[in-house]
Amino acid sequence: MSAPFDFLDPLVKLEDKIAELEQLSQATGVTVLSEAESLREKLAVESRKLFSTLTPWQRVQLSRHPLRPQSSDYIDHMLEDYVPLAGDRRFADDEAILTGIGRLGDQPVMLVGQQKGKDVHERRRCNFGMPHPEGYRKAMAKMRLAEKFKIPVICLINTPGAVPGVEAEERGQSIAIAENIRDMALLRTPVICVVIGEGGSGGALGIGVGDRILMFENSYFSVISPEGCAAILWKDGAKKDLAAERLKLTGPELKKFGIVDEIIEEPAGGAHRQPVATAHGLKEVLLRHLRELQSLTVDELLERRYQKYRVIGEVRESA
Amino acid sequence: MVLDRLRRATPTKDPKKIPDGLWLKCPSCSKTVFKRLVEERLDCCPECNHHFKMPSGRRIANLIDDGTWVEWDANLVSGDPLGFVDGKPYPERIKQQQAKTGLKDAVLCGTGTMGSHPVGLGVMDFEFNGGSMGSVVGEKLTRMIERSTAAKMPAIIVSASGGARMQEGAISLMQMTKTSAALARHAEKGLPYISVLTNPTMAGVMASYASLGDVIIAEPKALIGFTGARVIQETIKQELPEGFQTSEFLFKHGQLDLIINRQDMKAELARIVGYLMAGRR
Ligand SMILES: [Zn+2]
Repeated sequence: MSAPFDFLDPLVKLEDKIAELEQLSQATGVTVLSEAESLREKLAVESRKLFSTLTPWQRVQLSRHPLRPQSSDYIDHMLEDYVPLAGDRRFADDEAILTGIGRLGDQPVMLVGQQKGKDVHERRRCNFGMPHPEGYRKAMAKMRLAEKFKIPVICLINTPGAVPGVEAEERGQSIAIAENIRDMALLRTPVICVVIGEGGSGGALGIGVGDRILMFENSYFSVISPEGCAAILWKDGAKKDLAAERLKLTGPELKKFGIVDEIIEEPAGGAHRQPVATAHGLKEVLLRHLRELQSLTVDELLERRYQKYRVIGEVRESA
Repeated sequence: MVLDRLRRATPTKDPKKIPDGLWLKCPSCSKTVFKRLVEERLDCCPECNHHFKMPSGRRIANLIDDGTWVEWDANLVSGDPLGFVDGKPYPERIKQQQAKTGLKDAVLCGTGTMGSHPVGLGVMDFEFNGGSMGSVVGEKLTRMIERSTAAKMPAIIVSASGGARMQEGAISLMQMTKTSAALARHAEKGLPYISVLTNPTMAGVMASYASLGDVIIAEPKALIGFTGARVIQETIKQELPEGFQTSEFLFKHGQLDLIINRQDMKAELARIVGYLMAGRR
């Protein structure tokens, strides 16, 4: 078994060398700029090459990178005057889903974002990005608020899945997700969903119904995790790379099926290398889609949303 | 009755040794029971009322008034959008399931009257690839719901499924949205939708249309949930509570309106439909 990010090693080595040269030039006053410059060029070329040939499984790994930007990063770098809003008004405040209002440029938006947590404490509080039913109910409550005051909704999807557990089942995990799917289908305000990392099955879908579904280059959206698929089909969790390939879970493949509307490019080396630039990039993409959606009447919006999902699937009449 | 005498004469030896499949061993009470008796009781054990899995065709015959059933989209079959191969190509797997069950996919849809009330009905069949939901299940159910909306009829779905169909990837996942959106529009017109949960109803099916009934009814002791018990066990590494994810467990936690024996299901459904449609007349 290789470590998850072995495939990035050549880039890391080049970066280390560049850093070394820069330090050397600072320490000694000797100019090695041209050498560093050519290494930087080489890095850019190598990085482009590597990232254009990533396997689906490698993209899944990148989507789970510990430094990958999370909903809180997008809140910090994409929104202004953010007001966090907590709680489902019924049972608890589930920190696996962050909700709040902020400004995207001049546009107020309701942000609903799954959060995995950045350090060990936050990760525990966020339950590693696996929401409980109260998380989905909190998300719906805030989306209703947005609907009432005509504020567009931005959902950032990043979950390995809804939490598997006794309490989640007791409190109706299935019902919470199902009701969100149904109610988001008719929510009378624009909804844009963005898969920023992991799009794990029903747990992602619980905040994943909208007018636009966007995906970052190194993210995935799947009916089951590659590990789970491999375990079920081949009784061998190690075949996750094969499962990732077979499941067709990356952006370009999902775009062909009409599930995903746009794939968002990441800065060289992946989103985790430049979280701020990634967030700024997303802001521009979101504003462009919002402008399009806001030119429609609400009834047109809902009819198009319905038709977007209505045509997904592949069936034929047999003799 | 002849059948009662036969039942009393039931031998208690291994049912596998008995030719012609005349006898069944009940997985609940472990008694060997005469198969004909089980079938007469709508596939329930005459000894302990264990509800066996019921084929979709027999379910429809039980729920719909004689001679009124019109099947919809009987010939709809799945494509192979992913070109999926796991041991065998997906189209071959489908053909095999079709040969095994005589069905085209995991749901039958249509319309008929139920105690004289016209209804749209979808019945899933667990025997077809574990009742998994892919494009065909999603499309047939969506058409059934849309037609019920247009005809101002109640919709009823009897679920039996392990969840979304892996071999169609995220397309299966999107069937959750497609069916739920159709139900949202059906509800907007003030029309009732009743969800009937049978053993088992899990994962993607439970997290979409199966959970969206105005009234949600389960058969006794059905396995119902989001995440499979094995996965939960592996995650929490604790013993699961007694009766976890059964109909009775969900009922206790406020997630079901009713648990109804199969023998009473048609009469109760018809009564509820009558009440919910009364305000429209
Ligand atoms: Zn029995």
